[in-house]
Amino acid sequence: MRLEKCWFCSSTVYPGHGIQYVRNDAKVFRFCRSKCHKNFKMKRNPRKVKWTKAYRRLNGKDMTQDATFEFERKRNRPERYDRSVTENTLKAIKKIDKVRVDREARHHAQRMKGKKAQVLREATKELEQSIHMVKAPAALQEDSSLTLPKIKVKVSQPTEDNHMLE
Amino acid sequence: MVQYNFKKITVVPTGKDFIDIILSRTQRQTPTQVHKGYSVSRLRQFYMRKVKFTQQNFHEKLSTIIDEFPRLDDIHPFYGDLLHVLYNKDHYKLALGQINTARNLIGKIQKDYVKLLKYGHSLYRCKSLKVAALGRMCTVLKRITPSLAYLEQIRQHMARLPSIDPNTRTILICGYPNVGKSSFINKITRADVDVQPYAFTTKSLFVGHTDYEFQRYQVIDTPGILDRPFEDRNIIEMCSITALAHLRAAVLFFLDISGSCGYSIAQQAALFHSIKSLFMNKPLIIVCNKTDLQPLEGISEDDRKLVMEMKAEAMKTVIGQGGEPTDNNSVLLTMSTLTDDGVIAVKKAACKSIKDQRVEIKMKSKKLNDYLNRFHVAIPKPRDQLERLPCIPQAVLEAKAREASDKEKRKLEKEIENENGGAGVYSASLKKHYILANDEWKDDNIPEILDGHNVYDFIDPDILARLEELEQEGGVLQGLEEDDDFEMDGAELSPEEQAALAEIRKKKSLLIQQHRIKKSTAESRPTVPRKFDKDGKFTSDRMGRQLTSLGLDPRKAINRVGSKSRGRKRERSSDVDFMEVDGDQPNKKLRLRSLSRPRSRSQSRPPGVLVPGEGLKDAAQKKKAIVMAKSSTKKRNKDARKGEADRVIPALKPKHLFSGKRSNGKTQRR
Repeated sequence: MRLEKCWFCSSTVYPGHGIQYVRNDAKVFRFCRSKCHKNFKMKRNPRKVKWTKAYRRLNGKDMTQDATFEFERKRNRPERYDRSVTENTLKAIKKIDKVRVDREARHHAQRMKGKKAQVLREATKELEQSIHMVKAPAALQEDSSLTLPKIKVKVSQPTEDNHMLE
Repeated sequence: MVQYNFKKITVVPTGKDFIDIILSRTQRQTPTQVHKGYSVSRLRQFYMRKVKFTQQNFHEKLSTIIDEFPRLDDIHPFYGDLLHVLYNKDHYKLALGQINTARNLIGKIQKDYVKLLKYGHSLYRCKSLKVAALGRMCTVLKRITPSLAYLEQIRQHMARLPSIDPNTRTILICGYPNVGKSSFINKITRADVDVQPYAFTTKSLFVGHTDYEFQRYQVIDTPGILDRPFEDRNIIEMCSITALAHLRAAVLFFLDISGSCGYSIAQQAALFHSIKSLFMNKPLIIVCNKTDLQPLEGISEDDRKLVMEMKAEAMKTVIGQGGEPTDNNSVLLTMSTLTDDGVIAVKKAACKSIKDQRVEIKMKSKKLNDYLNRFHVAIPKPRDQLERLPCIPQAVLEAKAREASDKEKRKLEKEIENENGGAGVYSASLKKHYILANDEWKDDNIPEILDGHNVYDFIDPDILARLEELEQEGGVLQGLEEDDDFEMDGAELSPEEQAALAEIRKKKSLLIQQHRIKKSTAESRPTVPRKFDKDGKFTSDRMGRQLTSLGLDPRKAINRVGSKSRGRKRERSSDVDFMEVDGDQPNKKLRLRSLSRPRSRSQSRPPGVLVPGEGLKDAAQKKKAIVMAKSSTKKRNKDARKGEADRVIPALKPKHLFSGKRSNGKTQRR
């Protein structure tokens, strides 16, 4: 039993899921669900489709090279079973996962650095440019703070009584 | 070597089918059209061709039948006799003879009618001659229908005969019914002959093949033979007799020691003696079967005497051939097909005996020298007297010795399986023979998948070391990272600014929405000038509200809007009366004109608004009047009429729309 990777989106294909396509040149394409399969049939390049891992790696959205990826390597030669090695491996898998997740989080944080400052800059610019849509420049001259002008609404007495009755 | 392949005979059609085939072929493959205006030679030729063609086809088909069926005199006497036994030689020959006569008759008919056709002088005459010719040929064929049917049956049966090669090494099995002949052949070959408790289960000859010393032997199973005078025998028994008579084979005479076949040893011995003439020149082996029910030692004195007599006879045949004193045991053998006891020995003895006989015959024949010339064993001349023994390493000798003793000790997996309950109950542990560093690990259950990873991809003897390296790296990186985190605390927008920004964004999105609606409905919406404002969007009240929301004071703007209204005052009409009293003559015409003309067109108004002086009661009536006017012109517009007075009659049925074929497509509707 092996977990495979979807050719299109690089997510894991669990047993019992997805479709495998074998081409005439004996290359096997595995897909995790019909979405990926249909995209493949439309001849879309996964490197250009935004939600796939291939695109994300290519455009620096996700971590590309890391030591944690070196641990997982497909072996073609069978190794003789050794209980201690297997025990260690099982424990190590968990630790490696943790490390990898931490590193990915750090990568993401690094990417999102400076986002706050940029948002602030854009907001101030917009305020500055479009304030005339909510407050006329004449009113702005009189009162240079950015409080919005209030609209006075007439309230008649009889309706108030009606409300109280209801 | 001719292979007696009776499977390749073509199907013999029935009489009716035969006629149909030939006649339809004539019709299809000869020219069909002829007219009475043709020249006479052409007519004759046409019909002669048909007659000849029909005869040729008949000839061809009948010849294939005659040629393909085997001639009983030309084939091996075994097959000849077998076919005679099964189908009766005379009947067979008669049928084939009839086919032959039919063929000749048809040829004669064709010759006669062609001669007549040469002098036919009209279409009608030629045609009737042809009809007569074909008719006679078909009648001839109809008369041989029963022969054709008989031959077809024979063909079907012959195709199912077992393919026995009369010239190769053969072993023949004979004996009373139910003695175990078919079980024996099932044991030593791959033949699957029916084995049943009733007599005459095997009704024809069956062939199986077995191997001995790298050569293939045919084993022929025969139906049982009863002890009867020759003339009384039925067809099934005659098959076995034929085989016995004609095939040069080793004969295994089966004897049922236990008597469970229903016949005593005495009866079986009697049979033996009655057919022993057939065993001339054939190596004979007497096989005592069913020893599991009754061992050979346990039979009565009389029976034993009979058996010994048979053995003596058998020995005579052996001694008669080679003159070599063979051991006793090869002539009289015991076995049991049920327990497989002695079956292989019987097979070996039978194969050996026929092989020896054949080798002897070959040795005595003249061809021997040819065979000997083919062999040449080269023996190197010894150059000195040194003895050179084969060199076998000590380890091999030891292993061989060990193997000899081990073979009894080692238990097979199959035996273990049988002990523990058989195939369905016990499943062998495949991990039993694993070679591991520690044998306790043999039954370990290893997970193949963990947390979405294949465990197998991670296995590495020094994974711990690498993991440590990784963690150290991680520590270093984290140290670096903590310095950069301090820039995050910074300025933020004040709540008022946030409110203003939200308001701006709301307004912007509203604008965009409205624009999108306008864009999508632009094609179906009429472009009306702003003054025809039915949603009431361009009123001065609304303008006032919008200005206040922006923070401006709208009063001045509203006032300005009000003062620019263009309505004229009504006092003008009273002024005119005044002026008439004064008597201003030149203005009278103008005054009258301006009075009589209605003022509905002096100002732009939306369509439904009522203007006093128009003659309608209120706005609703005006709207109704507009609707009525429009609906009355609709019908006229559809008829492409310019107005009420337009009575032009255009081309009501233009020809190009109501007639003519299309260059492509269908004209199902116009």
